[in-house]
Amino acid sequence: MTPELGQLALILALLLALAQGILPLIGAWRGSRALMAVARPAAAGQAVFVALSFLILVWAFLHFDFSVRYVAENSNLELPWYYRIAATWGAHEGSLLLWILILNLWTVALAIFGRNLPEAFAARVLGVMGLISVGFLSFTLFTSDPFARLLPSPMNGADLNPVLQDPGMTFHPPMLYMGYVGFSVAFAFAIAALLGGSMEPSWVRQARPWTNAAWGFLSCGIVAGSWWAYSELGWGGWWFWDPVENASFMPWLVGTALIHAQAITEKRGSLRAWTILLSIFAFSLSLLGTFLVRSGLLTSVHAFASDPRRGLYILCYLAVVVGGSLLLYALRAPKVMGGKPFAVVSRETAMLIGNLMFTVAAAMVMLGTLFPLIGDALHMGRISVGPPYFGLLFPLLMTPVVLLLPLGPYLRWGKGGSGLLKGVLLRCGIAAVACALVAAFFVHGRPRAIMGVAAAVWVAAGVVLYVIRRWREMPRGRRYPAEMAGMLLAHFGVAVFLIGVLLSESLSVTRDVRMSPGDVQTIGGYQFRFDGIKQTLGPNWHAEQATVVVSRDGKPFTVMHPQKRTYPHDQVQTESAVDPGITRDLYVALGEPMDAGNVHGAWGLRVYYKPFVRWIWGGGLFMMLGGFVAAFDRRFRYRRATATEPAADTTPAAAPREAGA
Amino acid sequence: MNRLVPFLAFVLLAGLLGFGIWWNSSHDPTAVPSPLIDKPAPAFALPELDDPAKVVTKASLLGKPYLLNVFASWCYVCGEEHPVLMAEAGQFGVPLIGYNYKDAPADAKAWLSRHGNPYAMVLADRSGQTAMNFGVYGAPETYLIDARGIIRYKRIGPLTPTVIRTQLEPAIAALKKEAP
Repeated sequence: MTPELGQLALILALLLALAQGILPLIGAWRGSRALMAVARPAAAGQAVFVALSFLILVWAFLHFDFSVRYVAENSNLELPWYYRIAATWGAHEGSLLLWILILNLWTVALAIFGRNLPEAFAARVLGVMGLISVGFLSFTLFTSDPFARLLPSPMNGADLNPVLQDPGMTFHPPMLYMGYVGFSVAFAFAIAALLGGSMEPSWVRQARPWTNAAWGFLSCGIVAGSWWAYSELGWGGWWFWDPVENASFMPWLVGTALIHAQAITEKRGSLRAWTILLSIFAFSLSLLGTFLVRSGLLTSVHAFASDPRRGLYILCYLAVVVGGSLLLYALRAPKVMGGKPFAVVSRETAMLIGNLMFTVAAAMVMLGTLFPLIGDALHMGRISVGPPYFGLLFPLLMTPVVLLLPLGPYLRWGKGGSGLLKGVLLRCGIAAVACALVAAFFVHGRPRAIMGVAAAVWVAAGVVLYVIRRWREMPRGRRYPAEMAGMLLAHFGVAVFLIGVLLSESLSVTRDVRMSPGDVQTIGGYQFRFDGIKQTLGPNWHAEQATVVVSRDGKPFTVMHPQKRTYPHDQVQTESAVDPGITRDLYVALGEPMDAGNVHGAWGLRVYYKPFVRWIWGGGLFMMLGGFVAAFDRRFRYRRATATEPAADTTPAAAPREAGA
Repeated sequence: MNRLVPFLAFVLLAGLLGFGIWWNSSHDPTAVPSPLIDKPAPAFALPELDDPAKVVTKASLLGKPYLLNVFASWCYVCGEEHPVLMAEAGQFGVPLIGYNYKDAPADAKAWLSRHGNPYAMVLADRSGQTAMNFGVYGAPETYLIDARGIIRYKRIGPLTPTVIRTQLEPAIAALKKEAP
């Protein structure tokens, strides 16, 4: 009976979403306050029913209700409770429900914190959010019902894909969806601005904290996914340019561009049309990602089971939402270039170049991801271009961004770098070259590692010099407003990330070795001794567990236990052992026994020494933190949108020329 | 007019995606004739993946027909194709030689140990130089090369059971018929 309640709750949520999506928009158009007032209660009601339906699904998992097909397919009696909760979003139907739940969280947050928005504008924003929700709720109800029954109900269920039974995978989807769906807020703002035909870009200030927060969540989700791939897939890799990874990366790239474009539009009033376009793109790419993962057009390790009907539905939805909003853009986008003019050497120019690079990079990733499809269409056959393509083009596109990054804060809005610019260039350059020279001794002349150190020091020096300057010149309390602190944190994250990527990529040592019990391998100055295999048991798996004793300079250092787990239904999953460290990771994955009949004999092992690999995620976390900190700037919270001039530079800092971006 | 550009670009994209759905549901992508078919395969000299000291040349493989399957650990379509190769490799009647394309040897080995190795031998083309002579667009691709070193059949994209039944097996049977 309870699962039917869940379904009923979804149907009621759909009806409320229809009300929320249609009535306030009509109200804003006809100027009817009564209709506009529907938006908030409808949004709240919808959220309650969606949450109810989600909790009922979780409850069905916790109580082993195998009469629900989705539960039977994704859990069984042995699955521990925490992974049963995570299984709720482990496959297509449930993850869609999570998507909708998160959309509702954002909508409710918007309804609560958006009280200072002009009435008609708020009604339009909430209306657009409602329409997005209508699409997803009907998609769930008509093509992917999570509460469908399986009768007669089986005694036991199948299993959650063992690959997903990992803490990283538990947090990855919710964080990622918070980011994906969060861009719907910026999208709704842009559409509301187009619908309202308001030439005033004051809505941009209101949209900024939402974009920053969504971007922070997306960064966090991508970091969690990358960490999961590293620890779980047993390859020691952290990014594979897999279609599903690309699907989350494209909105991130455009979102990064959007954050900067919004800053320009808010502070200077220029680039209004571009900001609107990027807002549409960021959310459209989130939808495209959802489409690619669920339509079965492109296969990948993370893809959901596909069904052509679903693909067709999402394509139609995509056509309506993206096509409709781009058409609206074509008709209504501000026709005159507004805002203040800017010179060639100015902060706007630097940020525009960055914007362009991020957008082109997103287009490049999209082209590479869709390449098998394009190949089909042009009768060239289904082929993938893979890392050789991305690995060449992406760093090329990002080089100008890295070069410009430390200079941004020193450039003035409008025109001209100050005389300081030369000094900064000189200091960053000297610091980068000096550190690169020192590094060259340690890395034995590996060019990518040297470049990594130079690039990271170049970026970090710029950030640190600026921090020091603000400290000296500004009075206490005004030195680092949240917006600027967020910017500095995120930019510093880039430096940390660069170190991680370039050092770990160029200095990693990988060995595929055959080891009999007692054998020793020396890698990266550490001795790994293989001490044989033991059988171990977990809550729902049994495993062959190796003991690898690591020592350094003859002294015992640590003991590692890579496993090869067998889950019910004979699914085998490698569980690598990682010894994390700030300057290096040791990573051991268990391969196959050399002689299949004798598990106590020699085994194939993969042993990795990965310097600075943790810095990759560290950098990502700094960026996430930057996004969140910037979102909490007081300026975004306390100002009433109606009371501000569109183009005013209102940074609370004493010197307006140093306004944070 | 300028403002319509994003919309038009999206219409193109939606068209492509719609095409993809239609294609997936109604077609199995079929091979297209390559200009290299019935031409001699380019000369090559490639090291073996497991033993880089051993170099395999086109000349050393003459005398018997063989299949050359281009794959890489980074290529996700290859992951789709791989189980098919694992199941069918023994039944081709000609040796299946792996052609590891633009891949780090360690990644390729890890990939093969993870998914199984259907190949009689694996050649490594790390730079992709030789692949260019073969006219490789990307991975996966499969070439059927006869005893005289002539390319007789080429498949762009993954081998599927249907493709093997309807195209590859007839091509191999034709070779067998010619052989004395």
